[in-house]
Amino acid sequence: MAWPEKTLPSTDASEKKTIGAGVFRRCDGCGTTLTAGELAANFEVCASCGHHHRLDADGWRRLLLDDGALDPWDDHLSPSDPLQFSDGRPYRERVAGAQKKSRSHEAIETGRAAMNGQAIAYGAFVFSFMGGSMGSVVGEKVTRLFERAAKDRLPVVLLQASGGARMQEGILSLMQMAKSVSALERFRKVHMPFLSVLLNPTTGGVAASFAFLGDVNIAEPGALIGFAGPRVIESTIRQTLPPGFQRPEFLVEHGMVDLIVPRSEMKNRICTLLKHLTHAEATRPARPSRRTAS
Amino acid sequence: MATFVLPFEKPIVDLVDKVRELRALAAKDSRFEPELRRLEEKAGQLAREIFQHLTPIQKVQISRHANRPYTLDYIRRFITDWIELKGDRRFADDGAIVSGVGTFRGRSVVIVGHQKGRGTKENMKRNFGMPQPEGYRKAIRMYEMADRFQLPILTFIDTPGAYPGIGAEERGQSEAIGAALAAMARATVPIIATIIGEGGSGGALALGVANKVLVLEYGCYSVISPEGCAAILWKDGSRADEAATQLKITAPDLVQLGVVDEIVSEPAGGAHQDHDEAASRLENVLWQSLLALEGKSREELVDDRYRRFRALGAFVA
Ligand SMILES: [Zn+2]
Repeated sequence: MAWPEKTLPSTDASEKKTIGAGVFRRCDGCGTTLTAGELAANFEVCASCGHHHRLDADGWRRLLLDDGALDPWDDHLSPSDPLQFSDGRPYRERVAGAQKKSRSHEAIETGRAAMNGQAIAYGAFVFSFMGGSMGSVVGEKVTRLFERAAKDRLPVVLLQASGGARMQEGILSLMQMAKSVSALERFRKVHMPFLSVLLNPTTGGVAASFAFLGDVNIAEPGALIGFAGPRVIESTIRQTLPPGFQRPEFLVEHGMVDLIVPRSEMKNRICTLLKHLTHAEATRPARPSRRTAS
Repeated sequence: MATFVLPFEKPIVDLVDKVRELRALAAKDSRFEPELRRLEEKAGQLAREIFQHLTPIQKVQISRHANRPYTLDYIRRFITDWIELKGDRRFADDGAIVSGVGTFRGRSVVIVGHQKGRGTKENMKRNFGMPQPEGYRKAIRMYEMADRFQLPILTFIDTPGAYPGIGAEERGQSEAIGAALAAMARATVPIIATIIGEGGSGGALALGVANKVLVLEYGCYSVISPEGCAAILWKDGSRADEAATQLKITAPDLVQLGVVDEIVSEPAGGAHQDHDEAASRLENVLWQSLLALEGKSREELVDDRYRRFRALGAFVA
């Protein structure tokens, strides 16, 4: 498979000794045994069957962004504990555990980046941080992403991978849906595109806020995408769900996403879309801009 | 009214029944009057005592009470010249959301509200107040029409949540809710939302992006049902009472978190004990809220709503 501007993950000698080529993984799609190194070099796509395994935020950066570089925004924002929530284990502890595991402050990273030279506002959910759930920090960072993109007149490319709103911040998590969509609504006024990329999974409060409001919605092969989780639906209607339900082909068939793009083509397709949707802007003769963010 | 009694309200209901009997007697014989007054007083006091100490899960039960007034019960009481408008112009009319135009104290307004049913037949029609995408698309149609004709919008929130079904997914439940949030965010008219019963997650929020958000005293608003939360956290839906406490979903919690602006008090024993009184109290608060927003310009209304939601959330910077 040909990767655009392929940047291989850096593995230093010490890592090689401990993880190295000796670690084998079975493909979730076809069961073929692959080395972890092979999979990583292929951005977690199986070379035999094309199955897309989860790619972390670091991998997406390397795959999509020029030089894999992101100039981060609002990286310092960390969750607090507005409800003093504990499900047996206090929320604060859960957050600390997630930060350690994901090596991220929260379930999304945002910032300024470039794709084939085109400056963009970029966001990617970190699924390994509490299932990419949206609490106050995620809502705030998405809101600021749209606000800054409007101010700097940048297109937005946002990659979603989220189970939905974060229970542990209760109603404040629900409010993030209203807040972020309100910011998106303001961003629309600067006539810059919002490309929404739906990864595995995109459900619940993230699906039901900005995820489907892209000027273009792109799904990744094999992703589970929908409002309610399959188990919730099954237990409500007491039927087994049809094969392919809430998968990308289903969403295209029902008119909810525009296209399904494999990882190997993702950067090119996004760049082509950005080129078209910003064409008028790029070719307009210079004059004082009347479209400014309010 | 259908009789449906929660265990903890049984003593109140028994007393209220006696009050009713005595009231009938007193209507014919004035000598029963003092006894009637005494019993009325006692019933009110008992209701206040019991309701003062309701646990969060008991408030959830009240918010879902089968006798509780629903959207159309309020419309019937304080909206005149009401005309219900139906359909999303794309697929169907959704009975779980009612909408239309009417007069509220001399002002023409657009109304959108969840609607639950009473009894099996009506609950089928209303899908237990759980909207499908067409319900939200009808709501969007109303928000846009209100904006076009510069009419204030009153919404009434009362849903367990958006319906999780195959058809709902096929027709884009997520997109419909997201688009409804966006339509409310950009409307240039006053919007007042009232949680009259259950505020179940995104399916409720699609009617909730307002300049002012009110909640009835025993209304609840939550990101997930207590049962659903308990099922996920502890694989045990019966621990809903713990989840209800943890999630902070009662009216005072919502005010404290800044999610709701004002609580509308309910009659003793809850809104279901006296629909007329409940409607009259809500009508007064709605009217004051509307007057306060009427002076604002179109831009101010949009900005005011933006700032209101922009400020919600808690984090360490
Ligand atoms: Zn494979």
